[in-house]
Amino acid sequence: MEPILIIIIVAAVVAVAGLAFFFSRRSRRVEIEPQERAQVGGRQSGDTALLEREAPGDKAPGETTPGETVDADPDVVLAEESTVPAVADEVIKPSFFDRLGKARSAFTGYLGGLVGAGALDDEAWEDLEEALIRADVGVQTAMSLLEDVRSQAKEEGKDQGEEILGLLKTRMKAEITGKDRELIIDEGKTNVWLFVGVNGVGKTTTIGKLGKRLVAEGHKPLMAAGDTFRAAAAEQLTMWAERSSVDIVRGNEGGDPASVIFDGIKAAEARGCDVVLADTAGRLQNKSNLMDELSKVRRVAAKEPGHVSEVLLVIDATTGQNGMTQAKVFAEAVEVTGVVLTKLDGSAKGGIVFAIESELGLPVKLVGLGEGVDDLVDFDPDAFVNALFE
Amino acid sequence: MFQSLTDKFDGIFSKLRNKGVLTEADIDAALKEIRIALLEADVNITVVKSLRDRIKVRALGEEVHKALNPAQQVIKIVNEELTESLGGETISITYNSKPPTVVMMAGLQGSGKTTTTGKLAKWFKSQGRNPLLVGADLQRPAAVEQLRTLGRQVGVPVFSENSDPVTVASKAVEEARSTGRDVVIVDTAGRLAIDDELMEQVRQISEAVSPDYTFLVVDAMTGQDAVTVAESFNDKLNLDGVILTKLDGDARGGAALSVKEIVGKPIAFAGTGEKLDEFELFHPDRMASRILGMGDMLTLIEKAEQTFEQDEAEAAAQSLMDGTFTLDDFLEQMQQLKKMGSLGGLIKMLPGLPKEMRDVDIDDGELARVEAIIKSMTTIERAEPSLIDASRRARIATGSGTNPSQVSMLVKQFSEMQKMMKRMGGMGTKKASKARRGKKGKKAKKGGRVTAKSTARVSEKGTKVRKAPLMLPGLDRMDADDFEKLASELEELSE
Repeated sequence: MEPILIIIIVAAVVAVAGLAFFFSRRSRRVEIEPQERAQVGGRQSGDTALLEREAPGDKAPGETTPGETVDADPDVVLAEESTVPAVADEVIKPSFFDRLGKARSAFTGYLGGLVGAGALDDEAWEDLEEALIRADVGVQTAMSLLEDVRSQAKEEGKDQGEEILGLLKTRMKAEITGKDRELIIDEGKTNVWLFVGVNGVGKTTTIGKLGKRLVAEGHKPLMAAGDTFRAAAAEQLTMWAERSSVDIVRGNEGGDPASVIFDGIKAAEARGCDVVLADTAGRLQNKSNLMDELSKVRRVAAKEPGHVSEVLLVIDATTGQNGMTQAKVFAEAVEVTGVVLTKLDGSAKGGIVFAIESELGLPVKLVGLGEGVDDLVDFDPDAFVNALFE
Repeated sequence: MFQSLTDKFDGIFSKLRNKGVLTEADIDAALKEIRIALLEADVNITVVKSLRDRIKVRALGEEVHKALNPAQQVIKIVNEELTESLGGETISITYNSKPPTVVMMAGLQGSGKTTTTGKLAKWFKSQGRNPLLVGADLQRPAAVEQLRTLGRQVGVPVFSENSDPVTVASKAVEEARSTGRDVVIVDTAGRLAIDDELMEQVRQISEAVSPDYTFLVVDAMTGQDAVTVAESFNDKLNLDGVILTKLDGDARGGAALSVKEIVGKPIAFAGTGEKLDEFELFHPDRMASRILGMGDMLTLIEKAEQTFEQDEAEAAAQSLMDGTFTLDDFLEQMQQLKKMGSLGGLIKMLPGLPKEMRDVDIDDGELARVEAIIKSMTTIERAEPSLIDASRRARIATGSGTNPSQVSMLVKQFSEMQKMMKRMGGMGTKKASKARRGKKGKKAKKGGRVTAKSTARVSEKGTKVRKAPLMLPGLDRMDADDFEKLASELEELSE
């Protein structure tokens, strides 16, 4: 930022403060505002020291020796390999559809009138647009999809509700099928999967669930508690690590996330783990200093022996149109390789990921469908599109 | 905050402004764009429809035809309707005559309940209360641990135990009674509105502690589903209001508009940052102004009032105007300023700022650098920056870890600012009379609107702002043109 701007602001605030006091002095002559005064006093005395984020780049993480930060505290290293026998068959992956069914049953019939209602009138077309908008697909995306379908329907001479809905679904499915949704683990390397996203989307929980899944698939994951900002985030991840019997490396609250993750990678290499699940603190994408910090985390994670094979953007299904901005900004900052859509078991439909897939080409790789450890499943584009209209 | 919506409305309104007479077609075109802007801002589609209808009826009615400036009139209507939708009045908390006052928090997972619970505790403390935090989220791993950490940071005790949420909540109220805590804030587990079992549990907690206030915590990034969620929670819990979180993001915040309109519950508080004091009472009228790009001077003034010492600020404002403002004064102001919150947040509250300036990325670290430079100067240098020659400059640069050109830039800009501020005082004086006549003045309108829609205390202030005296630097009376002129002058300077 230009220093000049700061100066303007300072000047402005001086002016404003002067104004404010001019008036508060005036008004106090007339009346007393006890409540407000109490607030003023309270604010001043209640200034507590808060955790401040470390500015990025203040520490060269490459130089950090594993012993220097809190590396692999023996207390929190949980579970040895021996506890990892083939539990694989026990893990029953819930089908996408089954799980959605529960959530959707209450909301079906929204477009019921469309099917078998004969030729579509303008109102019905509007209903269709409304359905897409309600599912958070976005008004522009909805408008352009329907325009396409409208001209296609005209060409093919279709005008029945059911036919049109079919065309629309086919059109939408075509947009998002045929993508590679496999999660990549390159053999013989210390793979790093970095989990990024805004606050409260479920990054830590996703890592927790994924840990168990990977163990069941015969991998040896290690969790790195890179969220050093939120209070008790590392404790939360540690509990997940315990539940799924996976090693975890954590640092101090307020510490440098890049070095915690790098320590995790080093530890994973030493213990022969093939994938590091690296948590990061939630951050809003318009906080550029925090986004810079995240870019740094990614750069550090890619240093030998680290091999970043996935950067997964976690998006909450309740997210509205802001999800598109999230995807754009995060993709630019850390080269996102895929999306995890969480909390799809609620009433939200997560339509924004349709726009993200079709506009940005980012594949959705995983979907969170519940609170249980087994409720993280592969994305199924067909089921997803069908569910948007239910 | 709400920035992109602001930009959209800027665009729509500037098209209208260029027209002398508005036809029905003009209004329809504007309404169509308003519809898209609102939907892109995640305003619920049902709300969009009814807003659009209401605006249309009024815009085609007499009040626009008879107006001298129809475009301004339409903007006024949109603003009034938005304010109405956001929920007219600022909530005021009344405390239970038989303490404790019980506050319960509910919401989806990840909406920010626990963090908000901590912030609310800090807010109650600032109101002179003695809150007790209750960790009744026994579901999410380490949720209670998180609350305890927050409790330590704000200096408020936390009650929890490993039983079940209903028991924890009831015991906590007893605990508060016996230890003289007058406010109890219960954090509950996040739950989906469709999860009957968990919804039943939260209802039981509510029944056990019969809260005076039940708040639903809603993430500002939520899409169309916000309304469904709020309705379900309201059915079970009879909400008193909504707390909107993550407003410091760039989400357009349409959820805010929708919940009030459909569920009929106002937005009580808003979380505006990661720090625990970045949390405020929600002022719907001010938020509507902010959405329409008219700044939020009232909040800024309140923040300033809470931060600055009265005498100091008056002295600084005085010295600024007669040009005796020194680098020392500047340093002091800057340190006060830091207490008011992030620079980015403050800038967004300034009215009439052109888009380019609102969008500038602000790094608070820059302040530290300027501070370091000034602190590396001697007392004499601070009072008389013109003394600073090459060798002094080199010393200051070494002392502050900067380079000599940065030092000379600061000195140069500081002296330019001194000149500018003097000029701005004059500019404000000229503008003020113009603004009062309401031709171009956004400020005059702002004052009036605030008066109409808000609580007594605020309206009184609004009136005050409008009647601002002419003796102070007139930043609040500058309009976009002035700022643009200023910005271009500054750019020339910094080159």
